[in-house]
Amino acid sequence: MSVFPRAESELVLEATEAAELPTGAGPYKLAWRRLRRNRVALAFGVLFVVILVLCLLAPIYSHDIAHIGPDATPYTFTIGHKTEFVISATGVPIGPTWHLGAFFLGADGNNRDVAVRLLYGGRNSLEIGAVATLITMLLATICGLLAGYFRGLTDGIISRTLDVIWAYPAVLLGIVLGTVLAVHGIGPLHSTTLLSTAFVIGIVYIPYVAKPIRAQVLALREREFVDAARQQGLSHVRIMASEILPNLASTIIVFIPLMMANAILTEAGLTYLGAGVRPPNPSWGTMISDGINAIPAAFHNVLIPGIMLVLAVLSINVFGDGLRDALDPRAKIRIGKE
Amino acid sequence: MARFVIRRVLVMVALLFVISLITFLLFIVALPNGNPAAMIAGRLANPAEVHLISVKYGFDKPLYIQYVKTMANIFNGSAYSYQSSFNVDQEIVAGLPATASLALGAGIIWLLTSIFVGTLAAIKAGRYTDRLLTVLSMVGVSMPPFFLGAILIYYVGYKGGIIPLGGFVPWTQGLGQWLWHLIAPWLTLSILFIGIYSRVLRSTILDTINEDFVRTARAKGLSERQVLVRHILRCSLIPIVSLWGLDFAQVIGGGAILTESVYNLHGVGYLAFQSVGHLDTVTLLSIVMLIALAVVVLGALTEIAYAFLDPRVRLQ
Repeated sequence: MSVFPRAESELVLEATEAAELPTGAGPYKLAWRRLRRNRVALAFGVLFVVILVLCLLAPIYSHDIAHIGPDATPYTFTIGHKTEFVISATGVPIGPTWHLGAFFLGADGNNRDVAVRLLYGGRNSLEIGAVATLITMLLATICGLLAGYFRGLTDGIISRTLDVIWAYPAVLLGIVLGTVLAVHGIGPLHSTTLLSTAFVIGIVYIPYVAKPIRAQVLALREREFVDAARQQGLSHVRIMASEILPNLASTIIVFIPLMMANAILTEAGLTYLGAGVRPPNPSWGTMISDGINAIPAAFHNVLIPGIMLVLAVLSINVFGDGLRDALDPRAKIRIGKE
Repeated sequence: MARFVIRRVLVMVALLFVISLITFLLFIVALPNGNPAAMIAGRLANPAEVHLISVKYGFDKPLYIQYVKTMANIFNGSAYSYQSSFNVDQEIVAGLPATASLALGAGIIWLLTSIFVGTLAAIKAGRYTDRLLTVLSMVGVSMPPFFLGAILIYYVGYKGGIIPLGGFVPWTQGLGQWLWHLIAPWLTLSILFIGIYSRVLRSTILDTINEDFVRTARAKGLSERQVLVRHILRCSLIPIVSLWGLDFAQVIGGGAILTESVYNLHGVGYLAFQSVGHLDTVTLLSIVMLIALAVVVLGALTEIAYAFLDPRVRLQ
């Protein structure tokens, strides 16, 4: 094969470069440097961490500041010495009071505190996003590795299976699987757990990640270091795990925020269509769809969880974009050539 | 070319078969006790009635016969919904005007806008215009369609009275009304795609700018405008066209479920959503077939568009 001359010249090049440079900075260190310079991406990354921490602190806010649980449905509340009705005589829930101790962001149609539910709901939405991303990344990496490494029949079976998932519109497959799990639970996956929704979303997005990973593995397996490992007599599992997988790391890292943002959006979409998180579990999706069902009364029930959802997804997306620019140096070269 | 198309169509037919089989089995598994007859008969039915229904619909036959019969009915136009007992094909045809109107308008808007936005961002790469457009497309990608729809319906429709609160008016009942009811759904559906497409186009243009044929075009003495439109853009549009073909096919087959639901457009997507909720296997199967069919046809058309856009494709 014609790869050998190139490999030799690369080796020579690397040797001279290594001699000239004082200490080598690894690719991840370089990426981190590039990321640090991208202020916008960092700012949005911080925003996401803030949202995450706020949501994790939900029990503390609920217990110590708001003094109300996420499922409590009081008829009245007090600000200072004034007692007010949570839902007015005409059936409209109270809007934001901007008093941290009492219905800070108003109430929903069931007398519940929107701010408390927003944080608890965020915990669920982010948890579903994280678990779904984990499922997608894990299964997609395994599928991509096996299909790309073994090729032939293995590739055929895996790729055609993924094609079936791919050919289904994502939302439609989501509601089909979500409904099926809700009606007929399988083991730990049934209608009342968040795990079902995470599982459904995780499955739906596997092909979107597995296909690019497979393509990359197909190219990697022809490289010299894989040949060398094969000559050494390493097992297939060993070659995949310690030779090929490390080279996929940057692709996998780039996909994680993308899939997380996608999963959170899909959770909201499926829940709006009734095939995602089911009440009384709060999530941003359930809150928005409850609010939409109550339009035109109390629009803050749509607006508040909606803005929170968009902020969270936007922050992940912008940070993920910066991460991709940092990890994929070609992107920088592209702009540099301009 | 012909061989390529035939092979693609054969692969898609095989895919259609597997998808229909999986959808069918999923719903047989999901139905209470695996017996749709009990569901059709309702809660108050006695066993004799359930038995009558299961004989009438053929639920007493083995699964593979049920599957073949269901698929045959769908293609014959004699499939009836388990839920409403309406003819499924007629219901889908009734939903097509709304879905086609949504898809055509939104498809044109999102294609043209994203070409404009993507080109502008690429020309101004690295400057403030580019950064602003990048942030805006990020917001577009991060916005769930039903949330954007709810905001438009509440502020522009309910408070402002400028757009209707949803629903669909066929163009046969007045073009103005049709347009008035569709503007908000078109915008809502387009925003998401504009966000994705303009980013893809921007990076493709930035890749293409360094190609040899662009340098040749410049060396020939063509104006910047001619180089951009005839050479760079023509080549950079290929990934956009292939994305558009797939997305448009899904929308016209009823894939825009969220947008159709929030605007109460009773199209194919809305029907799909309702049929899942009612565990109505036949209707859902028909719609899934329709979407896959749309993907096949649009996929073939996309191939032709490729050859038109990139002369190199024809040579191969």
